[in-house]
Amino acid sequence: MSPDLNVVGNSVGRSDGIGHVTGRTRYTADRSFPGMLHLKMVRSPLHHARIRGIDLSAAERVPGFVRALTARDVPHNCYTILGLIGVEPEEEFVLAEDRVRFKGEAIVAIVAETEAAALEAVSKVQLDLEELPAVFDVEEALEPGAPIVTHWGNNTFMFEGHPCRRVRLGDVEQAFQQADYIVEGVYNTSPIEHAPLETTGCIAVPEANGRYTVYTNTQALYFSLDNTAIILQVPGSQLHFVGGTVGGGFGGKVDVIVEPIATLAAMKTNRPVRYTYSRAEEMQVSSTRSAWRIYVKDGVTRDGHIIARKVTSYADSGAYSRQTPYALTKHAANAAGPYAIPNVAIDAYCVYTNRQPTSAMRGFGVTMASFALEVQMDKIAEKVGADPWTIRFINAYHDGDMKPHRKLVEDATLIETMQAAATRVGHELPDVFRSMTSAPRDAGHDGGRS
Amino acid sequence: MASTIVAFELGGREVEVMVKPMTTLQSALRDQLGFTATKEGCRQGGCGSCTVLVNDEPMLSCLLPVEDVAGQRVTTLESLTPTQGLHPLQQAFLDANAFQCGYCTPGMTMLAQALLDHNPAPDRGDITQALTGNICRCTGYGPIVRAIEVAAQAMHAGEEGQPR
Repeated sequence: MSPDLNVVGNSVGRSDGIGHVTGRTRYTADRSFPGMLHLKMVRSPLHHARIRGIDLSAAERVPGFVRALTARDVPHNCYTILGLIGVEPEEEFVLAEDRVRFKGEAIVAIVAETEAAALEAVSKVQLDLEELPAVFDVEEALEPGAPIVTHWGNNTFMFEGHPCRRVRLGDVEQAFQQADYIVEGVYNTSPIEHAPLETTGCIAVPEANGRYTVYTNTQALYFSLDNTAIILQVPGSQLHFVGGTVGGGFGGKVDVIVEPIATLAAMKTNRPVRYTYSRAEEMQVSSTRSAWRIYVKDGVTRDGHIIARKVTSYADSGAYSRQTPYALTKHAANAAGPYAIPNVAIDAYCVYTNRQPTSAMRGFGVTMASFALEVQMDKIAEKVGADPWTIRFINAYHDGDMKPHRKLVEDATLIETMQAAATRVGHELPDVFRSMTSAPRDAGHDGGRS
Repeated sequence: MASTIVAFELGGREVEVMVKPMTTLQSALRDQLGFTATKEGCRQGGCGSCTVLVNDEPMLSCLLPVEDVAGQRVTTLESLTPTQGLHPLQQAFLDANAFQCGYCTPGMTMLAQALLDHNPAPDRGDITQALTGNICRCTGYGPIVRAIEVAAQAMHAGEEGQPR
């Protein structure tokens, strides 16, 4: 660290670099405490089931067993991660109550003297489950008679009383009538697991002053602290979260999953408790990027101008919404792409299914829109017989254009980015595109529309 | 089952651990000896983050019963680090920013050391071939390969410059 703060324009070494190359960086699981207990989770073997009973008697007889935690032990068991920013309703259960909604859902936490004892006790818990029909496809989940995943009676997150996030500009149906071509596409993407090299985990340590220090590899330290305080119904001042060293995150460590239950276990036992995911849990239980299905219908003129775009998107949220409603809002704001289109209609659904919950991952919501729309742009180019560069330059938005969600475009750089890309790949652009800028259209640059 | 005492050489000193059967070298290093530079990524031999050297050969310590290293010579990143400054591989990784989160770095470094022990002047193909079992999820393979190339040159130059 340069003591005179004279760093602008200079290359500054990373403060954690020496720790990384010498192996002295302390990741969460590198810490250990005297008397530390290990927490392992009993998980649902079924995608959707009613819980009729839980028999802990055999687990309790395992040498090293310390205690079990069920939903009844959690002071505020039903929560929503985004509740901190006003998102409702509360819908995820720290530990399952009467029903499990995805394979791998947490039901009973087992705390034991060693990891091996915890795993042994987990294997001895007897679950009495009544399997229920499950749904795994976003559109099947919206059909009448589909199994209902949520506790409020339908399978969509409700955006201010609507089953989808809606954006409207102009009149797409009328513009489709005036279009020379209609170009349609449906785009599917798969869920993607972040697979950080360090699995999700934390260690909660009771302190002599009544506080709890929680060492965690979360990407969202204060989000985790605040949600833990809500779930455990304790003042935030009783919790001290220590983080900042994350062995790979990519969005996969922003959910608040391990800290509340580990801290509860530390409170109940008055001992340090470690709860880290196995690799299998990281892959099969932790949030993934959502799978998406995106329908795009464009009305296009003979010369390649897009005059109407209708997008209907379905994000598979899995059994709980976590950060996905936020992704839908970002998606809806970006689902017309970086293009000036006068008539736009967007319906973006956050759909619940019986798959593992999905959440944040690098540009979530927007990345999938870009994938669908840029393939769609190439389809339009093919349909009108134009170069794919041309289609993008003539439709590119400029500063001062109105985006479909009623925000004026500021700091547009699509045109300049495409120019730089063309230079890099050695593609020769016609003068009209080489000289184009993203400046407002009334500043003398008409974007090639005349 | 009863525990047994296993003695081996770790970074030039004799150590003894008392272990139940099938305890891994990874667990003995991390949980008993406090040598946590050796990481746990998967504990199933799939990621390379626990790579250590046993008699100078790279091994996945998560799959290795500690009994198997009885009397053997184990080297981890802790003992690769010199008393002052950095080993040429560490310096090259630092200079090349050959890490983002850093979690794969110890395993990558130990593997690179084994590679350079066998082949002091590897070409790019030799390096990428050697790294195939080690995962970096931050997608930093380019800088890692370059760092190993630089370190190989530095170590080679260092050897030539010293009287034998």
